[in-house]
Amino acid sequence: MFLRAVTVCSMLAFSMAGVLAADRSAAKEQVDFGIKVAQNGLWREAQYRWERAVELDPTYAEAWNNLAIAYEHSGKFDDARKAYETAIKLDPKNMLIRQNYDLFKEINDRTQKRRGPR
Amino acid sequence: MIAPRNVAALASIFVLCAAIGCTNFYEIPIETPIQPKMDVTPFTRVLVAGFISGGTDDVDGNLETVRLLRSQLRSKSNLRVIEAEVLPLADIARDQIKAPPSAPASTSTDQGRVPGGPSGSEATNHSGSSQPVTESGGQTAAPVQPLPPEGSAPQVQPVPPLPAGGPDAGDGKIRNEKDLERYQAIFENTEFWKKLGQEHQNPLIVTGTVLFTNTQSSGFVTTNREIIDPLGRRVVQPYRVYMERKGFIIEPRFIFIDGRTGAVLYSDRFHEEILYPAQQQTPPLSSYFELMDRLLPSFLGSLSTQRIRGTRVLLK
Repeated sequence: MFLRAVTVCSMLAFSMAGVLAADRSAAKEQVDFGIKVAQNGLWREAQYRWERAVELDPTYAEAWNNLAIAYEHSGKFDDARKAYETAIKLDPKNMLIRQNYDLFKEINDRTQKRRGPR
Repeated sequence: MIAPRNVAALASIFVLCAAIGCTNFYEIPIETPIQPKMDVTPFTRVLVAGFISGGTDDVDGNLETVRLLRSQLRSKSNLRVIEAEVLPLADIARDQIKAPPSAPASTSTDQGRVPGGPSGSEATNHSGSSQPVTESGGQTAAPVQPLPPEGSAPQVQPVPPLPAGGPDAGDGKIRNEKDLERYQAIFENTEFWKKLGQEHQNPLIVTGTVLFTNTQSSGFVTTNREIIDPLGRRVVQPYRVYMERKGFIIEPRFIFIDGRTGAVLYSDRFHEEILYPAQQQTPPLSSYFELMDRLLPSFLGSLSTQRIRGTRVLLK
C-alpha cells in the first residue's frame, strides 16, 4: 500500500516537473523571440511576447525584467515598476535586474517630481 | 541622461559577466517618454505672446525670448505656432495700471494694444516691416473674428484696470525681481488674456517674465593646470586661485494661459547663471542664448512629450 502511494506521488511529481519544464521552455521561446523583435525596434510585439512568457511561467524573473523594460519604453511607469519588483523578488541576487530597476527609478522619480504642484 | 555612476556600474557588470562567460544578456537602447507637465490636448495652436523683461539693456529679453521659444516650439512640439507681433507686455501692464478704476470700460485692443489681433490692421514683423499675420506654416491666416462668449452676442469685453501703485515708481525700468513683482498683476487679468485668446482662436498662450542681469563675483576657484613633473611628463594638477569673475544671471518665469478662459494653467520659474574670467569679453546676447539653452528642455517638457535616452539589459 505504502509503496503504491509513493509510486503514485513520485509519478505525479515527475509529471508536474515535466509540465513546469515545458512551460519554462515555451516561455523561453517567447522571451528569445521578444528579444529579437525588440532589437529590431518592434517593442509592441516584444511586450506581447514577454507578457505571454510570464503567463506561461510566472516565476521567470528574466521575462519580468524584459517586460518591465518594454513597459518603461512605452511610458507605462506603474506597470514597469510592478514588473521590475516582481523580477527582483524572484531573483534578488540578479545585479542586472537591479541595475535596470535603479535606472528606471531615477527617471521615474524625476517624472514624479515634475508632476508635483502646479 | 544616465548618471555617470550608473554607467560605470553597468560597465563593471558587463565586464564581470563577460569575464565569467555569461552571455545571456543583451544591452538595448531605449527611449523613455516623459509626459508633459500640463495637458495641452485641448489646444492645437500656441501663441508666444510676449514677456515682461528686465535687467540689462544689452539684450531685449522680450523679443529674444519670444523669437527663441517660437522657433523651438515650431520644431519640437506638435502645436502650430502663431506668428503674431510680439506684445510689449511691460508697456501694456503699465498702461493698465495707469487706468483709473473709474475710467470708462477699455478694451484689450486699445488699453492692452493687442497688435497681433485682427483689430490691428496688420502685424509688424521683427524687422519692423508690415505683413499679414501668418502661422508657422507660412500661409496667411484668415482674418480672425473675436469669438463671442457662449450663448451671447459678440461684444467687446472691458478690461478691468489693474491695481495702481506699481511701475510708476522710480524710472519705470525693470532692474530686479522687486521691480518685476509690480507687473505681476497682468497675469491675473483673465479678461485681457481671454480677449487676446479670442483674437487668435483660443490658443495656448505662453507669456511670463524674463530677468537677465549682470553679475560679478570674486573668490577662490578650483581650476586645473598642466605642469611638467620631475620625470618630464605632463601632469594636470588642480589648484585654487583667486579670481574676479563676471557674468550673467537669467531668471525666467514661463506662464501658460488658457486662451479660452484667460486662466493661468501652469507656471514655472528658472534660475541659471554663468560666470567668466573678468578679462574675458563675452557678448551678452551670446550668454543669453547659452543660458536659455539650459532651460529649453524643461520649457519644452511642459508642453510636449520628451524622450530620455538610456540603456537597459534584456535577459534570456
